[in-house]
Amino acid sequence: MPAITYEDNSYALGEGESVLDCLAREGHDIPSSCRSGVCHSCMLRATSGELPPAAQKGLKDAHRAQGYFLSCCCHPEGDLTVTRADDATQKVAARVLRKETLNDRVLRVVLETDKPLEYFPGQFVNFARPGGLVRSFSLASVPALGNELEFHVALVLGGSMSGWLHHEAAPGDPLELLGPLGNCFYVSGNPEQPLFMLGTGTGLAPLYGILRDALNQGHRGPIHLFHGALLASDLYLTESLRDLDGKHENFTYHASVRDEPGEDWMEQGAVDTLALKTAPDLKGWKVFLCGNPDLVKQVQRKTFMAGANMKDIHADAFLPAGGG
Amino acid sequence: MSSVYEQIGGEAAVDAAVDIFYRHVLGDNRISRFFEGVDMETQAQKQKAFLTMAFGGPHNYTGKDMREGHAHLVKQGLNDSHFDAVAENLAKTLKELNVPQNLIDEVMTIAESTREDVLGR
Ligand SMILES: Cc1cc2nc3c(=O)[nH]c(=O)nc-3n(C[C@H](O)[C@H](O)[C@H](O)COP(=O)(O)OP(=O)(O)OC[C@H]3O[C@@H](n4cnc5c(N)ncnc54)[C@H](O)[C@@H]3O)c2cc1C
Ligand code: HEM
Ligand code: FES
Repeated sequence: MPAITYEDNSYALGEGESVLDCLAREGHDIPSSCRSGVCHSCMLRATSGELPPAAQKGLKDAHRAQGYFLSCCCHPEGDLTVTRADDATQKVAARVLRKETLNDRVLRVVLETDKPLEYFPGQFVNFARPGGLVRSFSLASVPALGNELEFHVALVLGGSMSGWLHHEAAPGDPLELLGPLGNCFYVSGNPEQPLFMLGTGTGLAPLYGILRDALNQGHRGPIHLFHGALLASDLYLTESLRDLDGKHENFTYHASVRDEPGEDWMEQGAVDTLALKTAPDLKGWKVFLCGNPDLVKQVQRKTFMAGANMKDIHADAFLPAGGG
Repeated sequence: MSSVYEQIGGEAAVDAAVDIFYRHVLGDNRISRFFEGVDMETQAQKQKAFLTMAFGGPHNYTGKDMREGHAHLVKQGLNDSHFDAVAENLAKTLKELNVPQNLIDEVMTIAESTREDVLGR
């Protein structure tokens, strides 16, 4: 059994255990959230030993070279000595500025940071609360808005972070932000490329950021945004999006509702079916898929089969904390 | 005489081929089930390893690696018919990319040479 050395103690790694599991079992308080290599909150640094490639997947080259790794995905074959990696992720102090209701379940949370956060709209940050609770939320704002960061938070039944944000958080409450992370964002340089954006629920948050970023940067190619819901009351920001649709010749907002007819400007059906009917040939398109992990995965495959290149498909699955 | 890999166009050729090949494989219901489940980007990365090897490019896989790497698929019933289907999709991909027939033949010979290992015999 490989031995994991941390803060001068060595522990035998159990069968099938990740380094994170092992240290948590021994009572060490290592932050974690997604447990699937997405959020980077469990990052540690190896000072000796050999890291399996899977433990460094998705990290920056510079971090990789310095031995940073994701402890939730690290199943080493030999001994490792590891330390905390506090210096590797950008940390920014933030406060709740205001909260606004977007629909029955979705809250717009606006945070203010002391110093500006450098980010691309559509990336996500980790919210860290005192006590070690960490959850990821996507940036719906654009940097032009200054130090104000916008997030859309869906209330999850019994949810620790979403429950706190919905029911308790008040203007002035502090939060620590880690990040930004993720590569689901708009890249300028190809202003004619058609864009396909699809999301359900708060998957709209990163898409709303990416959309405004693309429009601000003068994107000229067609942009289609598909937001799907079960009931019309699950949709949100419909007025802002219809407004943008009216103002920009190249932007089309498609709102769809699966389980009822909805209003007359909405479409009825499953969002992925409707979207692929509107855009059946995605050769040369850029694709952004955000929200429910199962849907994201299915649509990733469908858009690939419809001709989009793998490198042009950005999938941002909102995996629940804890992994599976 | 340069290698098949160089003549085909090296890494750029692998990049050009991987999406086309992977799309064919996922669309081929004789074999698509073997490629489902896992994360698509990881799978695409593995297809790149496959293509590099089939093109005679630089790789570190041994026959033993090929046995071990496909053993879980052999347990799921991987057999000659699936091997033939993969080879067929590979040839189809290269034709679409206008690779000359003599090079396609060489690639098919390299792929064929791994048959016994891939099928665990
Ligand atoms: C990259 C990334 C970006 C994200 N961006 C956003 C965003 O912009 N907006 C947003 O609202 N969320 C987003 N999420 C999800 C978010 O990070 C949290 O998982 C979510 O808010 C629930 O956390 P919680 O602490 O409230 O619930 P928890 O206390 O973690 O969960 C409570 C219970 O609910 C279950 N559960 C958790 N999520 C769901 C769900 N979606 N449906 C059903 N059951 C669930 C849990 O398994 C658990 O049993 C994102 C996630 C990732 C990985
Ligand atoms: C033609 C000869 C073949 C060669 C040279 C070959 C080569 C490879 C290589 C190099 C990898 C990557 C291994 C890794 O890095 O993990 C791989 C993985 C894989 N191959 Fe093949 N392969 C062949 C045939 C097949 C066939 C016939 C099938 C099934 C129909 C198949 C299915 C797979 C799958 C599913 C994986 C991914 C396994 C995983 O998820 O870990 N291969 N192959
Ligand atoms: S990356 Fe390890 S917990 Fe999220």
